[in-house]
Amino acid sequence: MSALSNSTWDRRNVLRAAMGLAAAGGLAACGGNNGRGGGASGVNLTQYFHAYGEQGTEQAIKRYAKAYDKANVTTQWITSSDFESKLFATLLTDKAPDLFEFHPQIQLVRSGQVADLTDLVAPVKSDFNPADITSHTVDGKIYGVRMIDDPQFFFYRKSLLEQAKVEVPTTLDELMEAAAKLTTGKVKGLYMGNDLHSVNDTLIWSAGAQHLDAKNEIAYHTDGVVEGLKKMRKLFTSGDLLLGAPTESWDPSSFTQGLCAIQFCGMWAMPAIQEALGDDWGVFPFPKTVDSGKQSVYNGGWSMFVNAKGKNVDAAKEYVKWLWIDQKKYQEDWATSYGFHIPPRASLAQSATKLKSGNAAEGVRLFNEFGHFDNIGWTQAMRTAFEDVFANSVRKDMDPEAALDKCDTVVNRELKKLFG
Amino acid sequence: MSVTKTPDLARPAPAKASPARPRRGLRGSATLNFWLFTGPFLIGLAIFIYAPILWSVWLSFFDARFTVTPDKFIGFDNYTYMLTNDDFVGSLGTFTVFAAFIVPTTWAFSLGLALLVNRLRFMRAFFRSVFFLPTACSYVAASLIWKMSIFSGVRFGLMNTVLGWFGIENIAWLADPNPPWYWLVIVSARLWLQSGFYMILFLAALQNIPGELYEAAAIDGAKPGWQTFRHITLPQLRATSTAVVLLLLIAAYQAFDEFFNLLSKTTWGRPPLVELYYKALGESQDYGAGSAGAVILTVLICVVTLFQGRIMGFGRGDESK
Repeated sequence: MSALSNSTWDRRNVLRAAMGLAAAGGLAACGGNNGRGGGASGVNLTQYFHAYGEQGTEQAIKRYAKAYDKANVTTQWITSSDFESKLFATLLTDKAPDLFEFHPQIQLVRSGQVADLTDLVAPVKSDFNPADITSHTVDGKIYGVRMIDDPQFFFYRKSLLEQAKVEVPTTLDELMEAAAKLTTGKVKGLYMGNDLHSVNDTLIWSAGAQHLDAKNEIAYHTDGVVEGLKKMRKLFTSGDLLLGAPTESWDPSSFTQGLCAIQFCGMWAMPAIQEALGDDWGVFPFPKTVDSGKQSVYNGGWSMFVNAKGKNVDAAKEYVKWLWIDQKKYQEDWATSYGFHIPPRASLAQSATKLKSGNAAEGVRLFNEFGHFDNIGWTQAMRTAFEDVFANSVRKDMDPEAALDKCDTVVNRELKKLFG
Repeated sequence: MSVTKTPDLARPAPAKASPARPRRGLRGSATLNFWLFTGPFLIGLAIFIYAPILWSVWLSFFDARFTVTPDKFIGFDNYTYMLTNDDFVGSLGTFTVFAAFIVPTTWAFSLGLALLVNRLRFMRAFFRSVFFLPTACSYVAASLIWKMSIFSGVRFGLMNTVLGWFGIENIAWLADPNPPWYWLVIVSARLWLQSGFYMILFLAALQNIPGELYEAAAIDGAKPGWQTFRHITLPQLRATSTAVVLLLLIAAYQAFDEFFNLLSKTTWGRPPLVELYYKALGESQDYGAGSAGAVILTVLICVVTLFQGRIMGFGRGDESK
């Protein structure tokens, strides 16, 4: 257990600082040209990946790239904490990657940044999870290939809940109660990240609302969300939340090291948690914010995009097709050999035996039953604006209505630019 | 007087002839020499400072999202957006509070350190180095140490461990803005990083104060300690103090690293540069609005600098001494 957490600590924090600098400077500058000594046809491709926390992921991505013989594919493993900023900034320069992983966001389409991949996906379209197709489609064209789906929910320690005689919560009020009962001298009841941004989306869905409606107008500003924000504020000030933990909520360390009894995290962390805690854990979706709402799960994930402004668009598309459409063995390896992810393709999801039993199977059930996918119209700027709502009205004590009004201004400005 | 006479006497014809030729050659092209010496610097200045500033000004009138070569002119919309943005305007307030606090504090702290080290009889070099060493540490590295180990919110963070001995509850130093403990983290990190450097400046100035002044003061009946410090040391340090205050102000203007690394996803504790980064650059990639904000900041900085020059007389030659 300690070996695992130590390695996580090292990789995440020390390397992030050191490698982030190194990558930002020298590596990024020469990355595009250090072809690995002939063999291939001489086309050099660069791909950007954010640093996955699980051991072996970087090697895996590089191994797949090496197996491709039609181009030299160089991988930039971005360890910096804000992958988005690094990616967006680099995309403007001539050192821009030819292909990169990200989430579907419409501004990338509108600015002509990402290439149309419809002809790649079309032949196997029916094999993909329909939601993964929808979330990548703008005006009938598909702009990205989903690699993995990552449902995010709560993980809880069964023994601690039993000890405190707490049932698995299904409403936000129950969650608050549970957090209070589970908090003891050394263990905090609940961890949702230091800045709570991981639960922004689920709070909206669990209140029965959504980010934008079908007409791409604001749909998150409802009474349910306001009530949810007020409850969150109460929870934040209750002293039952773990705050200021060394790692953010995507990392299960706080949970596995016993700093908290319940943690919001993602399916990817299951192998690490299993190894640390044995069978003493379970998962549950984000509870109902208000009684009229419904429990929810954020079906995050990562997709491959091709830089339409790059020099080797066709070669990059070829590579995406080869790896993320054709090479099913690699796709399965990527989804289940390191962290657990759900393969977006039905044929793979069916054969992924590791996801068939125990908590992993439960994770898949929550994904199917309660899951919400990204809305491609909800862009990074809107995301940041809603994070500000949490900062203002949950961590600070601004009136939720006022905080949401502020967010509305920003979101409307974005919507106007995107949809007129 | 004798100095001026000597060259007069020693100015025979041959001595005058031989050095004069090359000197005349140089003098003849004073303009060329001027450009030769200032040219490289000016080119650098033009390419890396002025061109980006002009480009920024140009960008600020365009709808430049996800591009730095926009084509949609929108007039003053970006300026309206930034100036009506509470967060941006608020961050200017944040900066003022921050500067008003950190500048005098660092000034006093580094002067105090310098006075202490200056009075040491032994191991002075050792302490001088020890206090100076943090200057060599990067802001990012220091921020991570402050965030992860000293001011970590969990029970095994250094500060929380110490507080725990007195039975005080764990404090989430950085996550919870009420009460605003994050200022303690930021200010202490900055003090640790900066004080050593300014201490060296003060130390050099202290060692330049002639001992006779103190002796004369002692003879005149000045008491050692506060009286001597107030009437001898402090006035003698005026030039250094002015420089230090100016440098500190500039450093406060440039505040970014520790704020960016210590506080995540906040709407508070953001100096203007951090605010600009989050609002317009970073993830939003709105270079138009970002540039408008930058231009507003530049104008403000110019105004403040001119104003400060008025008050402190900096750059007016001998007056500043």
